[in-house]
Amino acid sequence: MRDLFRGELVRFTLEEPETAAKADVRWQRDTEFHRLADSNPARLNSEKKIKEWMEKQIEKGFKPEQYFFSVRTLAEDKYIGFLGLWVDLIHREAWVGLGIGERDLWSKGYGTDMMKLCQQYVFAELGMERMSLGLFEYNPRALRSYEKCGFRLEGHSRQEVMREGKRYDALWMGILREEWLQMQNGDDK
Amino acid sequence: MLDIQTQMFESQDIRFGPIDHEKDPEVEAKWTHDSEFMRLMETNPARPLSAAMIKKQYEKLEKQIEEDKNLYHFMIRAKADDRLIGKAVIQWIEWANGNGFVRLGIGSADDRRKGYGSQALQMLLRFAFAELNLFRASAIVAEYNEGAIALLHKFGFTQEVCRRKSLERDGRRWDLYVFGLLNEEWRDHAQAWAKEER
Repeated sequence: MRDLFRGELVRFTLEEPETAAKADVRWQRDTEFHRLADSNPARLNSEKKIKEWMEKQIEKGFKPEQYFFSVRTLAEDKYIGFLGLWVDLIHREAWVGLGIGERDLWSKGYGTDMMKLCQQYVFAELGMERMSLGLFEYNPRALRSYEKCGFRLEGHSRQEVMREGKRYDALWMGILREEWLQMQNGDDK
Repeated sequence: MLDIQTQMFESQDIRFGPIDHEKDPEVEAKWTHDSEFMRLMETNPARPLSAAMIKKQYEKLEKQIEEDKNLYHFMIRAKADDRLIGKAVIQWIEWANGNGFVRLGIGSADDRRKGYGSQALQMLLRFAFAELNLFRASAIVAEYNEGAIALLHKFGFTQEVCRRKSLERDGRRWDLYVFGLLNEEWRDHAQAWAKEER
């Protein structure tokens, strides 16, 4: 059996609220990080509020439609980002979103490794039929990474976001279970 | 000139109105017993509901409208006898980016194919683009919902995204389409129609 939580560069874990909140406060100040990840206006939340929100989450427990991982590097065991899944159990579709807050680790293959590990979780553990995600057209780095993971571009939602007075498309991608399985077989050969 | 003479919530045969907490639950409960309608309207599993449950849903809905501030909900009524025939919704509005999702349904089979849906969408789009000043409107439709697809094309929507095999029903998987219409496209379209009518 494969290790579901260990990739080539990163591992999935769940940080304590204390560490996670400290990092979050730092990451949310980064405009580029925010704008690559989210279409809503930026917000600066206090460490206390983020911690309380996480503690509440732990107390309630995760819903069966909701999965969340913290991400650490294997090399230095450094907390660098997170990955979330929202799962439709009826139609067996999983939506994924991920972020790497430590910007000196961008463009080094960590995102791709996170996504590959996540795909294995979605198809091999959760038994989903399909995985979906969205990104913005001004994020070509993410697009390349997702294509590398086998996601197909399924369309543009035209001019969906406005940044600095200009409008940009949102891009929607998807990968089917059989496409992922095919890639796995190809990799093994 | 600002067009304040043309009623925003009234067309030839129908009008938009608020929820009637006394009379509407019974009518909408009946719609939930029609699986064909529910499968066109929702991706959640169809299940028959009672009037009391719909009444609760209305209360939850009005609370959500007040708290989230990103949802507009209209009941569609026949002008002739004021009876409830459907609902029209703009949801998931992102104010900073000026976009929202439109959704509508005509509940009873007897009221379909009479142009009510078309009149409702016309009012809903005017509300979205000329009252809320949205930049774009989106709509999500399953590939088997031919009526909705034809209606969206008629109003100038473009099919922008095909989310392959996103829905499982009747033992097979179906695509979900995302349609989009920009404010300027709606204006051009509405003007062309006005010319034709003259």
